[in-house]
Amino acid sequence: MNTIRNQFSSLHDLREKAPLFLAILFGITLYASACNLWVPEDSIFYVSTYTITLLGKYLCYALLALAVDVVWGYCGILSLGHGAFFALGGYTMGMYLMRQIGDRGVYGDPILPDFMVFLNWQELPWFWHGFDQFWVAMLAMILVPGLLAFVFGWLAFRSRVAGVYLSIMTQALTYALMLAFFRNEMGFGGNNGLTDFKDILGFSLQSDNVRVALFLCSAVVLAIAYCLSLMIMSSRFGRVIMSVRDEEDRARFIGFKTENYKVSLFVYSAILAAVAGALYVPQVGIINPGEFSPLNSIEIVVWVAVGGRGTLYGAIVGALLVNYAKTRFTAVFPEAWLFALGALFVSVTIFLPQGLMGLLKGKRLPTDKLFFWRKGRKTEEETV
Amino acid sequence: MTSLVKFIFGSVLLILSFGVSASADVQSELRAVSQQLVGAKLRAMPAIVEQLEVGGEAALPMLEAMLNGRLFVRKSDKLIVIGDRQEDGDYALVDALSAEPLAALPKKRLKKVKVNNRLRVQLRDIIARVTLSSVNADIRESAVRNMLNKLSERNILMLAQAKKVETDSRVMSLIELALAINVLKTSDIQAERLSALETMDGSLEPVVFNTLSALLAQDDAGNTLEADSVVREKALVLQNSIQRKIDFYGLMEQLFFGLSLGSVLLLVATGLAITFGVMGVINMAHGELIMIGAYTAYVVQLLMPNALEYSILVAIPMAFLVAGAVGVLIQRCVIRFLHGRPLETLLATFGISLILQQAVRSIFSPLNRQVVSPSWLSGSLELNPVFFLTYNRLYILLFALLVFFILQLVLKRTSLGLNVRAVSQNRDMAKAIGIRTEWVDAMTFGLGSGIAGIAGVALSQLTNVGPNLGQAYIIDSFMVVVFGGVGNLWGTLVGAFSLGVLNKFLEPVTGAVLANIIILVSIILFIQKRPRGLFPQKGRAAE
Repeated sequence: MNTIRNQFSSLHDLREKAPLFLAILFGITLYASACNLWVPEDSIFYVSTYTITLLGKYLCYALLALAVDVVWGYCGILSLGHGAFFALGGYTMGMYLMRQIGDRGVYGDPILPDFMVFLNWQELPWFWHGFDQFWVAMLAMILVPGLLAFVFGWLAFRSRVAGVYLSIMTQALTYALMLAFFRNEMGFGGNNGLTDFKDILGFSLQSDNVRVALFLCSAVVLAIAYCLSLMIMSSRFGRVIMSVRDEEDRARFIGFKTENYKVSLFVYSAILAAVAGALYVPQVGIINPGEFSPLNSIEIVVWVAVGGRGTLYGAIVGALLVNYAKTRFTAVFPEAWLFALGALFVSVTIFLPQGLMGLLKGKRLPTDKLFFWRKGRKTEEETV
Repeated sequence: MTSLVKFIFGSVLLILSFGVSASADVQSELRAVSQQLVGAKLRAMPAIVEQLEVGGEAALPMLEAMLNGRLFVRKSDKLIVIGDRQEDGDYALVDALSAEPLAALPKKRLKKVKVNNRLRVQLRDIIARVTLSSVNADIRESAVRNMLNKLSERNILMLAQAKKVETDSRVMSLIELALAINVLKTSDIQAERLSALETMDGSLEPVVFNTLSALLAQDDAGNTLEADSVVREKALVLQNSIQRKIDFYGLMEQLFFGLSLGSVLLLVATGLAITFGVMGVINMAHGELIMIGAYTAYVVQLLMPNALEYSILVAIPMAFLVAGAVGVLIQRCVIRFLHGRPLETLLATFGISLILQQAVRSIFSPLNRQVVSPSWLSGSLELNPVFFLTYNRLYILLFALLVFFILQLVLKRTSLGLNVRAVSQNRDMAKAIGIRTEWVDAMTFGLGSGIAGIAGVALSQLTNVGPNLGQAYIIDSFMVVVFGGVGNLWGTLVGAFSLGVLNKFLEPVTGAVLANIIILVSIILFIQKRPRGLFPQKGRAAE
């Protein structure tokens, strides 16, 4: 009874907060864009293009964190392999951008990307065909990670692989993909990945306007994903998902085919991650197999944990905060970053099981704070 | 007194080496000849070296030093000396003939005696002839083996002589082989050649295979070089049987490599099998505990520079203690508070692994460190000319099994093991009958971590020691434990060896990276089919 009441109250909370969230998001992004485009460079209000790109990167990370929060926070599936979907999305976009280079590459081959000329390949591998069309790349961006997530999820959830086993399997999945993409024979540029992009849809990637447009795009996509996830989670589907998190056996006994719900949610989350990757690549200008590394995937989880899982805005706030800290830390004392990140992992899991949002919620409602430990314990046991 | 000892010692040497080494005549003659090396042109050297052969075993150290480039001329008095580089950069010197130790000198006061490849071939030949009469059967064997590659008339004569007095069966068969090859090459009589071929049957010496191939070779027009068809047929049969043997040993070698990889996997996964399998704690810092063990081996080696041979033996218990202590610390400070929340444990221990990695990077620098292998771990056990087992892999294989069985004993025969099993089966009931579960948890975690540390010492013998050492093995060890079945140590054993062997058999077909990927993907698929691994734990404890 208590859990249901909590869910209702938190949903109510979210509905109240959605407009506020959108207002803050667009307020900041529009302000930053305007300051970049129309304020003279010597003004103190000027926002550099570097900052815009950095903010755009953070928004992509936020979208990625949202994707992990959807499966982990709402369904108890701790995926340590979401970096794989992110990177796959990034690679599809990278392939499109690579084909756009045309004969402006170092070797000047009109069809083959530079690395293929370098490897002495004579023709384009079959899976590179069609990637000169934007819509093909976009379709692949949704289909490839979606299909992978479907196959993996269908196999895993149908045979009821859950909890830690699933986490380790997802980690093995991204690790295997990393090893595969490091191979030159795979045809994705091996170690160096895809880089040296020139333009997107005919616009140069170097210009400020395109940078700002990409930044705004990221914000719009994030807003759409946020609202969509909000709608999904407050629908009947979302209720089943949460019941699976809290008591999967009971949900199954009632008659829900829980594996179908889990697979659908997993695919949805994978596509969100892939979109984040596709937005990320044109902004940072490179995609390489390092994105598949298990460390990256597990970092996403800590963003969500810091912000507070099971609250969509929490994941976004967590991603922004941790990444901002990372940028500052690695600039000032690079050695200390891993110490800080490690300490963050440990302290958040021990002291803040509900993340920063749990802390805020606790402050606002003193009665909740009183029973904070109990509520925490409850969800912990049930997400296992 | 000392002269008496010298005399007796000299006489013994005299008897042993057929009266050459201690004879004063030969000594002085040798010295005269060897002094000719000083300042000699490379062109003039073969003639001088030729003369050194009369010195027999007395000239042996000098010849060997010359072959290895350790022979020098002392610039001050033109004395021929053997020099070995010391740690401070100077050269420790001994007299090339009398083996009398001399004062060490820096490099610039010595002049190296030059050798070229032609001279090296000659030197090897002479050394082989000189050592053919050695008292040590192993030295004789390598002498004959050297001669196999250069069957000059003179060598054949010496081998025929040696055959009469040879007592060791291995050396004997090698000598017979050499003589048979010679017969095959020089004789025209069919019966002799056929019996020579008979002698060569089943020998795995590469020279035999080459001889047979030469016998069966065809010229460009497709005509066989060997006229005698009976000999040719016989040679073909022999070659096929040898080829089959070589293939078989190739397979055995692959199997050995597979078992060796399996033993490494077993070592790194055993600790995890305890913490994850028995306790149910996901320890993502397991790899870093392995790394700590490896660095312990490195530090122990630094602390005892005079006993490098044995530092590894000290390092094993040290690594167990250090890694075990770190493990207990992690358990007491973090994991204890996350009991029953595996996903949170996973994240927290991952954080710890980042901290440990960075700590090591700050203390020891991010560069790789090398742990020196003691001499008894290097080299290889040669079972036959095409099949070697390297000692370090062999020892690690035995060591992994030893650790595994000791662990089994600890779990099955000690009171700690009894407590561990009780707690892992039913924590509440164990608590109710008075077992200090908290203490048992800490000890179990310490045990698993200590074994990870031991695994680190073993790994330090195979690869370089760096901050990322653990990361490379963490996913593999989880795969082994999950594949074998959580909570079952025997499953871990079977899982480790089967994955190792499978990997090594896939490698020649697909390449190393692809083999790794195939194995990962097949384990992922296998787990979908059997979520509890190869040997699932039975009963209610599994729930």
